[in-house]
Amino acid sequence: MPAIEVEGLERAFGDVLAVQGVDLTVDKGEIYGFLGPNGAGKTTTVRMLTTLLLPTGGRATVAGHDVVREARAVRASIGVALQEAALDPLMTGRELIRLQATLQGLPPAEGRQRADALLERVELDHAADRRVGGYSGGMKRRLDLAAALVHEPSVLFLDEPTTGLDPVSRKTIWEEVRALNDAGTTVFLTTQYLEEADQLADNVAIIDSGRIVAEGTPDSLKAEFGNPHIQLQIAEGSLADAERACAEVGRLLPPKDGRLIEVEVENGAADIPRVVRALDDAGIAVESLELVRPTLDDVFVAKTGYHIEDESEAADEEAVEA
Amino acid sequence: MSALVLNARVVAALGMRSIRQTFRRPQLIAPIIVFPTLLLAIQTGGAGGAVELPGFPPVQSFLQFMLAGAMMQALMLAGNSGGIALAVDIEMGFTDRLFTAPIPRFAIVLGRLAGTAALGLFASCWFLAIGLIFGAEIEGGVLGALLAMALVTTAALAVGGIGAAIALRTGSASVVQGLFPLVLVVLFLSTAFFPQELMIEPAKTIAEYNPLSFVVEGVREPIIAGINAGDTLAAVATIAGIFALGLLLSDRALRHRLRAG
Repeated sequence: MPAIEVEGLERAFGDVLAVQGVDLTVDKGEIYGFLGPNGAGKTTTVRMLTTLLLPTGGRATVAGHDVVREARAVRASIGVALQEAALDPLMTGRELIRLQATLQGLPPAEGRQRADALLERVELDHAADRRVGGYSGGMKRRLDLAAALVHEPSVLFLDEPTTGLDPVSRKTIWEEVRALNDAGTTVFLTTQYLEEADQLADNVAIIDSGRIVAEGTPDSLKAEFGNPHIQLQIAEGSLADAERACAEVGRLLPPKDGRLIEVEVENGAADIPRVVRALDDAGIAVESLELVRPTLDDVFVAKTGYHIEDESEAADEEAVEA
Repeated sequence: MSALVLNARVVAALGMRSIRQTFRRPQLIAPIIVFPTLLLAIQTGGAGGAVELPGFPPVQSFLQFMLAGAMMQALMLAGNSGGIALAVDIEMGFTDRLFTAPIPRFAIVLGRLAGTAALGLFASCWFLAIGLIFGAEIEGGVLGALLAMALVTTAALAVGGIGAAIALRTGSASVVQGLFPLVLVVLFLSTAFFPQELMIEPAKTIAEYNPLSFVVEGVREPIIAGINAGDTLAAVATIAGIFALGLLLSDRALRHRLRAG
């Protein structure tokens, strides 16, 4: 039996269909990456799978239980760390984990024991008796993760667990997710970070405007939808002329930024001389040029026509500024 | 462990969190203890001569008369603060943590109400202690004091239900906080701070039918005169009515929130 099975899942808010007929299957013991830009429907889907939101169509089972008819059984089987770490700033880390243990029905002695072990595991034992309001963003996420694990759930939902975190904290969360998965926990991970999905997920679904537009292993998706592309920055000359020249050699990808051009080519490195010659003929001086292997962003572009990174990077910058 | 014991543990744990939260957030504890204490001090210090007015009920001192009013103010604001705290939980997503736990979802409301009731008990102890320290006598003796404490505690529980319902319906701490002046208006239009006999119309008639007046008199009688079955029953019935209304509204608001997501 799959850990998560979803058929035609829908959620409407008034006239707006936030999730439109999502189908997916997550096998036991896998890390499933749910990738998409802000507003794509990731969080709405997770909220339905974690019984926080009733679907308006379709059906879903988690750990073998229907999310509508057997919601309480679903809640007993899952751990949830939501997008904004839902922590009470006035509680201490230890109080929060112990409360979570009580909510999950653990006997008091076992709850205390688990809380201490988990705080040590996420390296928060030194800060366990400090109020959460004084924790850094990374510490809050680690505490949130520890709280989600207190009852050793079979399925763990992580909704954008590393959004806004610095690279070191992000890596720490990744390592913890891998360790959990190695121990047999199924992980459903939503993210807007391509690298995160690529590094962690066994299977990836890409969602855009409430619909899944691609699904598979990261490698199979990249092989199916992405070709290598040449990324170049021009030093002198017209950007429009450069794009025209590159278009003679391969398919231009949507522009990412200023003077950066990306052109998808069929023959990889073998096409570099052709691009250089085309630019030279057009009188364009190149500042830098490199061959880029396909990424999940290429898959996203192939399916939607725009870059996921544009939005996630902007969101990331906002989080860092905040 | 039986489901009942498990659910009782959840309610107790959430109630304990609610109490800690109140004591750790000055803006929640101040209205419950500090403001009523200040108002009690100002009123007894400045208007103590009111007991000499014709029609004022026979009391040992103005402080003795005012204790019930201070406790009513504290319990009303405890209910309001409980609502604010619940709305803050909704705003910061903490209720989502609770909603994803395998517990009856109404336990979340009951936990909050348990905390509010405990604060009502604390407030009643506080004001009775202040009264005794500053010379007020409890005419109903120990039993009278216990009855006053029980009524204040259960009334806090009942009023907390209304605060919880508003918090669940609006999900906005500022809306619940905005009811603060309304709470005071309702309180001043009861017999909490002045005897009904000395009020002028229309306040006199409003106070006569204001449900809070029944609770006030139920709390006041054991302090100023002794236990009176009629006043006690009227207070209990009023508290039961407010409690039932609070639970009904909270349940509806919770269902609406869960449906809407």
